[in-house]
Amino acid sequence: MTTTRTVLTIAALTLREASRQRVLLALTAMTVVLIALSGWGFSRLAAESGGTLTSGEALLTASILLNLVMFGFSLIAALGTAFLAGPTLAGETESGIALSVLARPIRRSAFLLGKWLGLVAFGSGFVVLAGLAQCLVVRATVGYWPPQPAAALALLAAQTTALLTLAVLLSTAVSPMASGVVAVGLFGTAWVAGVVGGIGASLGNASVERVGTVSRMLLPTDGLWRGAMHAFQDPTALLRLGDEGGQAFPFLSAAPPTPSYLAWAALWVAMVWGLAAASFVRKDL
Amino acid sequence: MTAPVEADRRAAAQLVADMPPGPAAWCSGLRKRYGKQQAVSDVSFEVGRGEVVGLLGPNGAGKTSVIKMLLGLVHPDAGEVVLLGRPAADPAARARVGYLPELFRYQPWLSPVEVLALHVRLSGADVPTGEQSEALALVGLADRADDRLGGFSKGMQQRLGLAVALVARPELVVLDAPPSALDPLGRADVRDIVLSLRERGVAVLLNSHLIGEVERVCDRVVILDRGRVAAAGSLAELLGRHELHLHLTGLSPAAQARLAETGHVEREGDWFTVALPADDVDTAVPDLVGDLIALGARVHAVEPARISLEDRLLGILRDGAGARQ
Repeated sequence: MTTTRTVLTIAALTLREASRQRVLLALTAMTVVLIALSGWGFSRLAAESGGTLTSGEALLTASILLNLVMFGFSLIAALGTAFLAGPTLAGETESGIALSVLARPIRRSAFLLGKWLGLVAFGSGFVVLAGLAQCLVVRATVGYWPPQPAAALALLAAQTTALLTLAVLLSTAVSPMASGVVAVGLFGTAWVAGVVGGIGASLGNASVERVGTVSRMLLPTDGLWRGAMHAFQDPTALLRLGDEGGQAFPFLSAAPPTPSYLAWAALWVAMVWGLAAASFVRKDL
Repeated sequence: MTAPVEADRRAAAQLVADMPPGPAAWCSGLRKRYGKQQAVSDVSFEVGRGEVVGLLGPNGAGKTSVIKMLLGLVHPDAGEVVLLGRPAADPAARARVGYLPELFRYQPWLSPVEVLALHVRLSGADVPTGEQSEALALVGLADRADDRLGGFSKGMQQRLGLAVALVARPELVVLDAPPSALDPLGRADVRDIVLSLRERGVAVLLNSHLIGEVERVCDRVVILDRGRVAAAGSLAELLGRHELHLHLTGLSPAAQARLAETGHVEREGDWFTVALPADDVDTAVPDLVGDLIALGARVHAVEPARISLEDRLLGILRDGAGARQ
């Protein structure tokens, strides 16, 4: 059994698990509801503001609303993948499903990589598909198309990947439920810290601003999310809101992520995965 | 454990690995501690090719820990394992090993056919689907082959576990407590399966609480108690030991001492049960009776008795407990 074959077999198994669990049904239902609601909202916006909004105001509103709905998707993806990662690793080792699989001639690191790849494919696939559907709905209703849709969706997928890597690490150490709860809790905390940092920046308070910066280094989900927002929103939206107001507003982003930040995020994912592998390889089942 | 000893052990493991064809499973000096609990201390044994070995012992004796260390699921604190001629640190050593865990659970979102296909793929063996279906039929799951496992009973999951252990053409099958969830019919099936494996030259390591099952199918037995090997040997060696029932009166202290000298003595009123040494059964009985009479005892009856594996196991565990106190 080559390592590549093991990784691909386990990744396919994880995808099949995700597709057969109720979580997929729940995710699909929530996504469809969110897309339908936002479609209705955007169409009302277009109908009622027909003549009263200037085109600039319409762009600003569309940008903010699109980012708001995308935040909903990233939250759904965060919940979905964090609660998938827990059961698939911690749950399987607890219940004994992993025993007969890991007694096969395979390396544990290959098994973990397969699980991770399957989860990444599932989580990224979800945010990319749902995000694309949302962009199409917005274009059909108000005629707005984000400036960098591919980069935006890729950053959303990267955010999901970062969070589920953390959930994988947690699930090698704690129980399935706890790992999901902690991962989603940290995700929320990082977002709040990002908002606090934005407010600090708009007030010119460097120490409050640092809260956001530090949390973005510790857990890059918020930094990647802000990058995604920046690629979704109209470039003129920030100018319209004013520089200070724009920084404080949670559903607009002041700047795209720097290449060095993206490199840090990639390194962060690799390091957290490495920790997860080290913990899982040493575990007594 | 000092480093040179470990190095010697590794060298020994390499030596065993290089020997043609090598036992199906070999372990030496296995130790494992969980927190303050020393679960396994210095366990060594081997399972020959095509041999059926029973692992016996009370709950908490370390049987499942030893099995998990053989399969790389638990990391030993010390000791070496060789499976089918390869050091167990190499995952490839498990390529021809089938395993039914004590905690048998399989992916509830898959069907039996899919579980077997997964395990065949992971094992790297090239087993056609027809042969996989045969494995399911062997454990009586042919008519449920495409149902999701979510609705399966424990007994049916254990049957599937048996099929998983057998499907990838194993040369060593490790069954941890196999008949635990099976009905009597299922137990008879397990017995037949183990016997047919032995006929085909497949080695089996069987951990079971059902001593009767072990006695029926095993060539050799390893008895674990509190993480140590309390006894090991072929059934003939372990059970070949005879006991003698004696009805005696007028027993002087000297005669009692003579009895105790022979072997382990149990007394119920005037009846005494003495374990006889395995090596000189022919002379032990007449010598003992002669000596007892010479020491003034009145001998009313002398009856030979053969002990069951269960009695032998209880005796070994009791002696172990006595020695500890």
